[in-house]
Amino acid sequence: MSVIAPPAPARLDGRPAGRPAAKACAVNPLKISPALGGALAFLGIDRALPLLHGSQGCTAFALVLLVRHFREAIPLQTTAMSELNTILGGADNLEQAVATLRERASPRLIGLCSTALTETRDEDIRGDLRALMLRHPEWQDLAVVYAPTPDFAGSLEVGWASAVQAMIDALVDEGPRPRHRRQVNLLPASHMTPADVEAVREMIEAFDLSAVVLPDLSGSLDGHVPDDYVATTLGGTRVEDIAGMGAAQITLAVGEHMRGAAEALQRRTGVPFRVLERLTGLQAVDTFVETLMAISGRPAPESVRRERSRLVDAMLDGHGAFTGRSVAVAAEPDLLVSITRFLNELGCRIAAAVTSMPAASLAGVPGTAVVGDLDDLHRLTEAAGGADLVIANAHGQATADAVGAPLFRLGFPVFDRLGAGHRVSVGYRGTRDLLFDIGNLLIAGRTVPTARGHPREASDHDHLHAPAALGCS
Amino acid sequence: MPDRQIAAAFDEPDCAVNRAKPAAERQLGCAAAALAPGAAAGGCAFDGAKIALQPITDAAHLVHGPIACDGNSWDSRNTGSSGPQLYRTGFTTDLSEIDIIQGGERRLARALRQVAESHRPAAIFVYVTCVPALIGDDVAAVCEAAADQLGLPVIPVDVPGFVGSKNLGNKLAGRVLLDRVVGTREPADPSPTDINLIGEYNVAGELWQVRPLLDRLGVRVRAAITGDARYHDVATAHRARLSMVVCSKAMVAFARGLHDRYGIPYFEGSFYGIGETSAALRQIALGLAAAGGPADLPARAEALIAEAEAQARARLSPYRARLTGRRVLLYTGGVKSWSVVAALQEMGLTVVGTSVRKSTEEDKDRARALLGDDAALFGQIPARELYGRLAAGEADLLMSGGRTQFVALKTRTPWLDINQERHHAYAGYDGAVALAAEVDAALHHPVWHQVRRPAPWDGAGASACR
Ligand code: SF4
Repeated sequence: MSVIAPPAPARLDGRPAGRPAAKACAVNPLKISPALGGALAFLGIDRALPLLHGSQGCTAFALVLLVRHFREAIPLQTTAMSELNTILGGADNLEQAVATLRERASPRLIGLCSTALTETRDEDIRGDLRALMLRHPEWQDLAVVYAPTPDFAGSLEVGWASAVQAMIDALVDEGPRPRHRRQVNLLPASHMTPADVEAVREMIEAFDLSAVVLPDLSGSLDGHVPDDYVATTLGGTRVEDIAGMGAAQITLAVGEHMRGAAEALQRRTGVPFRVLERLTGLQAVDTFVETLMAISGRPAPESVRRERSRLVDAMLDGHGAFTGRSVAVAAEPDLLVSITRFLNELGCRIAAAVTSMPAASLAGVPGTAVVGDLDDLHRLTEAAGGADLVIANAHGQATADAVGAPLFRLGFPVFDRLGAGHRVSVGYRGTRDLLFDIGNLLIAGRTVPTARGHPREASDHDHLHAPAALGCS
Repeated sequence: MPDRQIAAAFDEPDCAVNRAKPAAERQLGCAAAALAPGAAAGGCAFDGAKIALQPITDAAHLVHGPIACDGNSWDSRNTGSSGPQLYRTGFTTDLSEIDIIQGGERRLARALRQVAESHRPAAIFVYVTCVPALIGDDVAAVCEAAADQLGLPVIPVDVPGFVGSKNLGNKLAGRVLLDRVVGTREPADPSPTDINLIGEYNVAGELWQVRPLLDRLGVRVRAAITGDARYHDVATAHRARLSMVVCSKAMVAFARGLHDRYGIPYFEGSFYGIGETSAALRQIALGLAAAGGPADLPARAEALIAEAEAQARARLSPYRARLTGRRVLLYTGGVKSWSVVAALQEMGLTVVGTSVRKSTEEDKDRARALLGDDAALFGQIPARELYGRLAAGEADLLMSGGRTQFVALKTRTPWLDINQERHHAYAGYDGAVALAAEVDAALHHPVWHQVRRPAPWDGAGASACR
């Protein structure tokens, strides 16, 4: 069956940056601003406060979206640029903002993300910041890290990567250091949930290794109830631990978009790196585990073997639900790669694959990835004859309704379901959970022919007695 | 061009805050109160304008700017439509670096064509955000040319976020409606009982709680500005006989504009709570009768009020018994700082404090009168202090917007949404009962017993083992 054959060589649709065809206007945008991605990365640092350098509205929108997704109070501030400041330059606003935040919240780190507004004028933010730090020797207890995240270049993924790279450049001690044989660095992908990060760390620790995770949302946005109010993040990577990342044996970066940050770390410290395309799917997790075995010099522990066996069993039990079913997906580039490859490995057909921006990694998507919006997802899905399932962020509901298929929520934002930050879809166990969740939606939505030729919803009865309906004929 | 409009938006004779300022300061307007970097927390002018105009449901709302403005905000509000769904579609020019270098006008022109051809909107509103304003795109010219070519109204809304707050954006949107939309069309069926509801956004369907009451009086909403609105209805708003400004200070200027240009009288009111709803119906009836409407309208309104109030009070009484004396902290602002207080007091609740952010002196007076205590009025509370007050048990319930939701919940205090993103409608008599039911459910929820239990290692059991 062609649908479960190995994916054909993919391409980025041959088109240059921007939108498919001659579309002048995004309709139901998929893209999320890079500044939000940068802020999210800074939220994974202990006692941190992200600060958007721009007008207050950009911060308000990003804040509302983050709060609704994570269901947490999120510390996020603005330099509150007015029209006049924008024309005259933002250095004064920056100084005031940092001084105010330092006084009120005493953060250990302020993560400064630019916006379109401050980057359009070509402000020398880096220079301004350097001058400020010189003028304020009393700010020595504070790290201010600047990540360029203009809204007109890229999407959430880009902003996240930019912030991680900026932290490496600013905070990691330079030069080679004595290596700790058992330390690794982990650079998670922007689409990994706090629970994903925790799951990966646990896998690393199962090999008797310890990981410095940059950034570590599992410490800060994991939804704990603190004993007292804090105006910064509470939990996450400690600035001191970032400084010591040069002592690791290797850096593991998840997702192609983290390659730049891993390279920066290598340049700074000589620590070699490995980019793992994804951590979802049997083969992908096997690769990860092989890497951990090689690094640690240990065999895989019993717990990991057991989880692999359970995943294999789930794939044997469940693959029928996926066979020949068609799925339409919209996601940030590296998440798109991860989920479409996983679906393809289970026998699904990718009816449409839409992403927010051009990226080299999209070559990994089975079929053709199109840079576009949710309107494109709808259009392409219709052109492909519909789909059995739509996978997108919460905004995808309208598309799913139009296509007449259920929506599986994945990516950012997911504001209309509980537990967006707690879902695990990496590692053997996470892959198995994902397989069950998606498989159940596909089973619930499948139709079987009836005597009169009208399709009807399948029932459990069909499941037991009509295996042909699963497409295994 | 933007400067002039903004100055006009601040020319606010009815605004008590502004009236109290010396002339020179008054000219600077409220925008002169510059925001504090590192301590500001609010939406921008673009946000406010979009809130005010988006409920025009058969129009397309095109956001001209890079992705931050629309990409992070579209599809986030819960204002209902009884018909067209086009207003929910997020359109943005999503400007790239090249667009910004070359100027965004050509992309905008093409975007307008695309939207017009593929969606056939009744009109297109074009929101000018910070970057195109900064690089000087002549959006007005592009819109004018497009309107000619495409044969539909294309209306620039000049609201870059850096000019000011959400509130300013509301006002600027009102201005745009006055200047560009209202009066461009004559109604086919004008009637002496037509009214405008101004500042009623139909959040969670609140307009639909009010409409049946008006229907029973034979009063027709010519235009709700803007809630479940159609472009052409808004265009005929100048033929209404009376305007009611619903819980909004920002839109008073719009109502006065309708008065000054078309002689339509207006009043300010609220549909929160039984008493306020009755007062509003009474004023509508009297106002219309005075403006040449049916002379028996006030009497019919009284009959309706008597009946509806009796019913509502009967339905409220079981809740009163359960709610009397429970303490609520209200963290909203503007008109709601008192209008919601009145509604809460009707159900027996004790309001221990209300935020008077963005409230006028008049609003504050009314809040003071209801609460009988100055100490209960406060401005912005930093999240840390709010946390402290709730943790100390100052209130049994916090009513606020989504942003402080998780501050309250972390202290294990019941919380209820009172702002724009909520999913429950609280307007009119039915809304008053619905609000009581929600408050009751929040306060008496079984979860509070669970989540306030000490952990096994903290509780009595733990010490017994030691
Ligand atoms: S402040 Fe300016 S750039 Fe930011 S969201 Fe508002 S209009 Fe857009």
